[in-house]
Amino acid sequence: MENEKHHIVPYRVYFYILLALITLTFGSIGITHINVGEYSVLGALIFSTIKSFLVLTWFMHLKFDQPFLRIMVGFVALVFLAVIFITFLDYYYR
Amino acid sequence: MQTAAQIPHDVNYLEYKGKYKGIFSWIFSTDHKRIALLYLYSMMTMFVVGVSLGLAMKLELIAPGKTIMDPQTYNALFTVHGVIMIFMIVIPGLPAVFGNFMLPIMIGAKDVAFPKVNLLSWYFYVLGAVLVISSVLFGNGIPDTGWTFYAPYSFKTGTNLLPAIFGAFVLGFSSILTGLNFIVTIHRMRAPGMTWFKMPLFPWSLYGTAWIQLLATPVVGITLVLVALERIFSIGVFDPALGGDPVLYQHLFWIYSHPAVYVMILPAMGAISEIIPTFSQKHIFGYKAIIASTLAIAFVGYFVWGHHMFTSGMSGTAQYTFSILTFIVAIPSAIKVFNWISTMHKGSINPDIPFLWAVTFIFVFMIGGFSGLVLGALATNVYVHDTAFVVAHFHFIVFGGVGFAFFGAMHYWFPKMFGRMYDKVWAKVGWAFFTVGFLTLYSPMFYLGMIGMPRRYYDYLPEFHAANILSTLGSWVMTFGLLIIIINLFRSAKNGAIAPINPWNGKTLEWTVPSPPPVENFDEIPVYGEKDGPYEY
Amino acid sequence: MEHVTQHSDPHYDQEASKLGMWLFIFTELLLFGGLFIVYSIYRFLNPEAFQLAAQALNPVIGAINTIILLVSSMTIAMSTSALQKKNKGLTVFLLEITIMLALIFLINKYFEWGIKFDHGIWPGSEHMINDMSKGEILFFGLYFVMTGLHALHIIIGMIIIIVALNKVQKGTVHADRPSLLENAGLYWHLVDLIWIFLFPLFYLIH
Repeated sequence: MENEKHHIVPYRVYFYILLALITLTFGSIGITHINVGEYSVLGALIFSTIKSFLVLTWFMHLKFDQPFLRIMVGFVALVFLAVIFITFLDYYYR
Repeated sequence: MQTAAQIPHDVNYLEYKGKYKGIFSWIFSTDHKRIALLYLYSMMTMFVVGVSLGLAMKLELIAPGKTIMDPQTYNALFTVHGVIMIFMIVIPGLPAVFGNFMLPIMIGAKDVAFPKVNLLSWYFYVLGAVLVISSVLFGNGIPDTGWTFYAPYSFKTGTNLLPAIFGAFVLGFSSILTGLNFIVTIHRMRAPGMTWFKMPLFPWSLYGTAWIQLLATPVVGITLVLVALERIFSIGVFDPALGGDPVLYQHLFWIYSHPAVYVMILPAMGAISEIIPTFSQKHIFGYKAIIASTLAIAFVGYFVWGHHMFTSGMSGTAQYTFSILTFIVAIPSAIKVFNWISTMHKGSINPDIPFLWAVTFIFVFMIGGFSGLVLGALATNVYVHDTAFVVAHFHFIVFGGVGFAFFGAMHYWFPKMFGRMYDKVWAKVGWAFFTVGFLTLYSPMFYLGMIGMPRRYYDYLPEFHAANILSTLGSWVMTFGLLIIIINLFRSAKNGAIAPINPWNGKTLEWTVPSPPPVENFDEIPVYGEKDGPYEY
Repeated sequence: MEHVTQHSDPHYDQEASKLGMWLFIFTELLLFGGLFIVYSIYRFLNPEAFQLAAQALNPVIGAINTIILLVSSMTIAMSTSALQKKNKGLTVFLLEITIMLALIFLINKYFEWGIKFDHGIWPGSEHMINDMSKGEILFFGLYFVMTGLHALHIIIGMIIIIVALNKVQKGTVHADRPSLLENAGLYWHLVDLIWIFLFPLFYLIH
């Protein structure tokens, strides 16, 4: 157990991630200004998902943690999406 | 901080003198065993209140028209009865008492992963209970919404609802912390050599339960917050006058409250899975199948909430999806029952008290389960929705399932927890009265529901009279049995015969430590070898 | 604290406290998840009203706050690296920056809410009930609840960071016992994660 921790991430890696996140933020602002109708929500959400993926992987260290943590995060996300999907089975077909 | 060497291993947890004296040695204790007993005693107190409210309701229903109370009082009674029984008894029930006590011992650990958080969760429990009680004692009127707090009535009623809502929120937080603690404990603190598939089934059921507690409870938490904000600020989310949709409240509420049913029943099934092999002196049949069914119930149970809402105006697509999912969740439950029966087959059965509770559990659970299928089918659901049939169904599951398993677990682990054996004759008498009373109390409600008696009314038509009298009589018999059981256990905890380490010849780890267990459970952490397992008879 | 149940096992289990924190983060995610369900349903039912109401929000302030939170996430992530490199001074400095950024975020939020109040927009206000369509009322109701709950989490996060900062200074949180700082970091990133979704859903509807 002692060797599984203490991976020190260099400062510049965090800085690159920040740059990527800020770029993506402007990207999401940009895409919602293009008139693509109802797809603009989808576009913005895709940008947000990529951003949260970066935050989870690097800032929250999932990349260096044991795999079961990643599995858990994926599982929780899946459960949440399934709940939204099933709720929409009601509202979409009502 | 004391070091290991200073903690005596020959003193049991009940007699250990810590830093604090008297009651403080309990309410400041972070020992998982003492916290379990704190939960047990506080739940017993609330249980007495809940049972009294239930008795009063049954007494009101002994005759049509007003018997002992007016309709508003009756509404308040079933609300408080529901809130107490659901949020304070059956949801924390087995995990908080037997989970706290037995989980660390069964997996060979000295305590849970976060002992202080464990104590904190008990304080949250007490705070939640106090808040709910304060909603009864103060303000203008006792809450009258039913334990479901359905919108829009929950923010229209003039009664003192806010403390009750906040209390339920806090109780949910207590439940989350317990679940969090158990997951980390199971992941990190299993004894060396105890792989996942050598872990006993009760810890497995707690693991499944803990995930539901963790993922479902916050949803009801935020829903209750929204109702409170609706009451205070009129934010509009559930108020049709401001554009909100009350059916969305029902979705969010049942996204938690249906999985909560599995928070109640899974640990109950776990306890039964411990009792049956011990009293059959046989390896549990289909160990992995039981684990798989536990996880399947936990997972699929998360997506069946809509079967509480078949008459709420949901879309047809949603209705049959929920109906199908509901039927799917019945399969793993049935798998468990088959496994228990198969475990008994050709076993060396010892029909002692815990075993009697376990088999009656299976019996009432099957009645509750099959009536659940009636409710899960769309056509029949519409016919019996909101009738006494539903009341009978969920009391068979929630009180029958959890109650019988709770008393089974109580009589199974009592000698370990208190180091003394109870009087077996009185225990059998109590069990007999309780079982007969239980069946007399709730079975007539199936019939009443089928012939059309709605739930939550203080009055009924004359043709429902006979069955209601029978039901009320049953409530008295059941309470009589309950009294015998509780008095017997209380007396035995003080004066019973000294219990041996392993009175039932169980094979799980809790039967290897002294009764009652020493402060840190084990002198030396046990090690599981290649051939060791929880049920190797 | 009672010594009875102190683990005689002296191992300090960093993995356990990390796992505990993650599980707590899951509950927080589902807490906000409930609100996101409500949001998605009502946006689906009232697309035009949501678009109209969103005009009242200023995407520039939203974008500025997004960048502030992202930078603060970076600084607290760097501080854990600094702690592991045993650079206490830099750890403390980075944490102080994080707290400052959090404060600026809250000040922005304060002015943003203040402008809404000046326009007579708050939950249950006469202006909203009399002049707005139901969809707009829902939009602002959700706006106040979701950003308000998020701001509450910012405040809680700040308190946790301040505690961690104190313990770093005292030396009880150090390279071999970094759990408190790591968990503070995880919590802070959670706050960031939620904002990543709140920002486009409220400010970027066109």
